[in-house]
Amino acid sequence: MTALSGIGASGGPASSGPDGNIPSRRFTTPMWLRAAGYWAYQYRRTWRSSVVTSFLIPVLYLAAMGVALGSLIDKHSHGVEGVSYVAFLAPGLLAGTCMQIGTNDATYPVMGAIKWMRTYLAQLAAPLSVYDVLRGHLAWIGARLAIVVSIYLAVMAAFGVVHSPWAVAALPAAVLTGIAFAAPVSAFAATQDKDSSFSTLYRFAIIPMFLFSGTFFPISQLPAWLQAVAYATPLFHGVALCRDLTLGTVGWADLGHAAYLLAVALAGYAVGRRTFSRRLVV
Amino acid sequence: MVEAHGLVKRFGDFVAVDHVDFTIAKGESFGFLGPNGAGKTSTMRMISCISPLSGGTLRVLGMDPVSDGPRIRARMGVVPQEDSLDLELTVLDNLMIYGRYFDLPKKVIRDRARQLLEFAQLTERAHDRVDPLSGGMKRRLTIARALISNPDLLVLDEPTTGLDPQARHLLWDRLYRLKQDGVTLVITTHYMDEAEQLCDRLVVMDKGRFAAEGSPRQLIEAFSTKEVVELRFAPGEHEEVAPSLLELAERQEVLPDRILLYTDDGDAALAEVARRGHVARSTLVRRSTLEDVFLRLTGRTLVD
Repeated sequence: MTALSGIGASGGPASSGPDGNIPSRRFTTPMWLRAAGYWAYQYRRTWRSSVVTSFLIPVLYLAAMGVALGSLIDKHSHGVEGVSYVAFLAPGLLAGTCMQIGTNDATYPVMGAIKWMRTYLAQLAAPLSVYDVLRGHLAWIGARLAIVVSIYLAVMAAFGVVHSPWAVAALPAAVLTGIAFAAPVSAFAATQDKDSSFSTLYRFAIIPMFLFSGTFFPISQLPAWLQAVAYATPLFHGVALCRDLTLGTVGWADLGHAAYLLAVALAGYAVGRRTFSRRLVV
Repeated sequence: MVEAHGLVKRFGDFVAVDHVDFTIAKGESFGFLGPNGAGKTSTMRMISCISPLSGGTLRVLGMDPVSDGPRIRARMGVVPQEDSLDLELTVLDNLMIYGRYFDLPKKVIRDRARQLLEFAQLTERAHDRVDPLSGGMKRRLTIARALISNPDLLVLDEPTTGLDPQARHLLWDRLYRLKQDGVTLVITTHYMDEAEQLCDRLVVMDKGRFAAEGSPRQLIEAFSTKEVVELRFAPGEHEEVAPSLLELAERQEVLPDRILLYTDDGDAALAEVARRGHVARSTLVRRSTLEDVFLRLTGRTLVD
């Protein structure tokens, strides 16, 4: 019985409430932040490999495609849009990477938290609401994106392709790009029963977007109808925004790009509130 | 602690819980007994403020689940039917994370986790990953996790389903201690031995309604006789023999594999069966259990 002292409600009404026998605290942690805390806690197991990957990927890509392939392009066409190919490519890859992380983190982890590990259900049995669960997960994806983007920007600086102090603003811009995918994709993932739909999503949406949204070449190279399609994708606006910021070619159009990304993120979140409720609150 | 009036849960056209009323008092251990699909889990999920009501009123800890869900859940521990542990993390980490959902200071969580691991007999496994643990250990960890917030009310949905006998007895012992400690327990089960062991009061649920309500003893007294004679005959002999035994007991049940005679004097009834020249393959005289109550109320056995 000694193990039980302090467990249970034996103390009567005085011990009722979660903090009954704990000195009261000045701040209470917002519910969504408690949910995000779970993902952060879990990340502690994998952060080392994750950081190494976030560092290696841009190094390898920028070295191979930017520098090696880029020297060929620069020799023949004197750069792209007035800058070296590596300086053109780097912000495109940055935005594209954010798209992939935002999508990855909102597909299998969301389905797992619903079906396999039931993390969301555990959170919902605690004082969190379904909106806290969604907001917390997206907040964590945002935090993880910020870590990756910071490393990426540092690598870009090392490659000498950061041309302007505006590049500081590329951090929130790239995170926003990732969230503009994570929010709608998590809303979609919550409606799915099998993970096979995710490979369809990759095959028909994510990979084509990665290739044709101005990441590797200006969309002016595309036929007119494809340009219109590219223009409608969130990735195009993420790429354009990040590129203007790292190259210092900032203009009013960038406000439009940011507004578009924000609108997609908010719309995704609004839909996510519905799909998460429908799936989890039954 | 919990008060429900005309509680209803619908899924489309299907009525899972059909206008039930109940009150659960502080310190009480209350059980919902019934077969799969009787509406136990739906009722539990509404009490846990996880699932919205389709009708009726419900008060939990004096609050309304619709407007005060998070405040209620802050004072409640939930053990769901299916474990929702993080299998990749360690036993201790699962407790630490759960404590954070309740915004408990780290030091408090750590202290409580130490006590709870002791309580759940998992101290030696504290730093092991959850995945390879046995079903009983995972179940005990889920219960320990539900207790991290020091809840006034602990809700357990089929706490021992799928566990081996030793694991079940260990769990019962732990739950009994909690009860001694004054924690209000709400339990669903489809095992009558579990209900008899743990519940002060229970309802028998069938097709979304309450078929009966009372303490295990009261239910047995009200719906069954003192003793039961179980008779097994050779295959096919059942139907032949059954009608001739009718007058020997207050009531008779013919199951696929045996005949049950309900009587207050089992030995006398058994002697009379033998005197009439019926040779059973095996016989058993026993006390009535909740299983018999259930059979009487619903016309079928409990675990199907």
